[in-house]
Amino acid sequence: MHEWALAESVIHTVGQEAEKNHLKKIERVVVNVGELQQIDMEIFRFALDTVLGSYNLELDPANILLQIEKSLLKCRVCGNEWSFSDTMEKIQNDEAESIHFVPEVAHIFMRCTACGSPDFDIIVGRGIWIESIEGE
Amino acid sequence: MIDPRLSIIKKRLENITRIVAVSGSKGGIGKSTVASALALALAEKGKRVGLLDLDLSGPSTHIILGVEGLFPEEDKGLIPPVVHGIKFMSIVYFIGNNPSPLRGNDISNIIIELLTITLWGSLDVLVLDMPPGISDSILDVIRFIGRMEFLVVTTQSKVAVEVTKKELKILRELNIPILGMIENMATREGSSLHKEVESLHIPILGSIKFDAELEDAIGDAQRLSRTGFMKSLVALLEKSTIFRPDTA
Repeated sequence: MHEWALAESVIHTVGQEAEKNHLKKIERVVVNVGELQQIDMEIFRFALDTVLGSYNLELDPANILLQIEKSLLKCRVCGNEWSFSDTMEKIQNDEAESIHFVPEVAHIFMRCTACGSPDFDIIVGRGIWIESIEGE
Repeated sequence: MIDPRLSIIKKRLENITRIVAVSGSKGGIGKSTVASALALALAEKGKRVGLLDLDLSGPSTHIILGVEGLFPEEDKGLIPPVVHGIKFMSIVYFIGNNPSPLRGNDISNIIIELLTITLWGSLDVLVLDMPPGISDSILDVIRFIGRMEFLVVTTQSKVAVEVTKKELKILRELNIPILGMIENMATREGSSLHKEVESLHIPILGSIKFDAELEDAIGDAQRLSRTGFMKSLVALLEKSTIFRPDTA
């Protein structure tokens, strides 16, 4: 349920950006959801809608678009690239849950699929990002 | 692209009166022990206190306080468990006893995530156990949290003294309030750092003598509270404003 905390951060940021850019009506918000964080999309959507109700924003909840972003991990040692979904079956449930709370914990429980190094970068697909906010 | 977490951090901390970062230039100087003992002392004085272990490469406050088998409660975020009267948050809930091979950017991201998802509620004081030195992740903490004051720990070692001078200078340059400086594990009277610290107008709270019995109290909070180390620390902190009712 920590999706609520992340949903609140999205709505709070949209409010701040709308104020900063003098947007009276927000027409579209695009949110990228990185697969590494394994967000429960139903809870996240419900949390976004509920939190939005407590903010004085002119934004139709249906106009918050959620896009799942596949992860890309790249080994600093051998240059190998892979994704979280490629290796999910090797990860224990409790390890996946820890990555869900804090995606960088992937460095503790995952290794490069080619050379076994823990020294890799999370290139994309880490967590929640606001791709764009459109309004007038 | 906007990272939405950055805007919520100050809101997460808005009901916390004071944020004290316990910092030190080198590893092994007792910074985490001071942070744990400070949190414990505040709790014993009836303060609402939280402790956040930000030394992600070597978290140790859970060992010092004997925290085992706990996990935050999930309710619209993560609510830290209460340990010896302290709301306690650490990366150790997520990594267990595994090594954490993290680069600076990963450490910064974890700190941002913890500050985003942790629901502290109302606190008088949040104690931060900082990583050693002044790294990019510490600069991030300063930038994201904003209002914080530093309690700087050092020892009498020439190596620690030299690096501490640099830390104090950069904190001064960044205009960060310094609650005071503590010289830990002292084995002799006086300090070569005192003159320089005074010229920077940094309050020297004093020295804590090396306590040979402290190691046996690690992992046992009640025993830790009874050590000579703890008594000395509390006596030194009485010189600061941290225990005063009107400021926390």
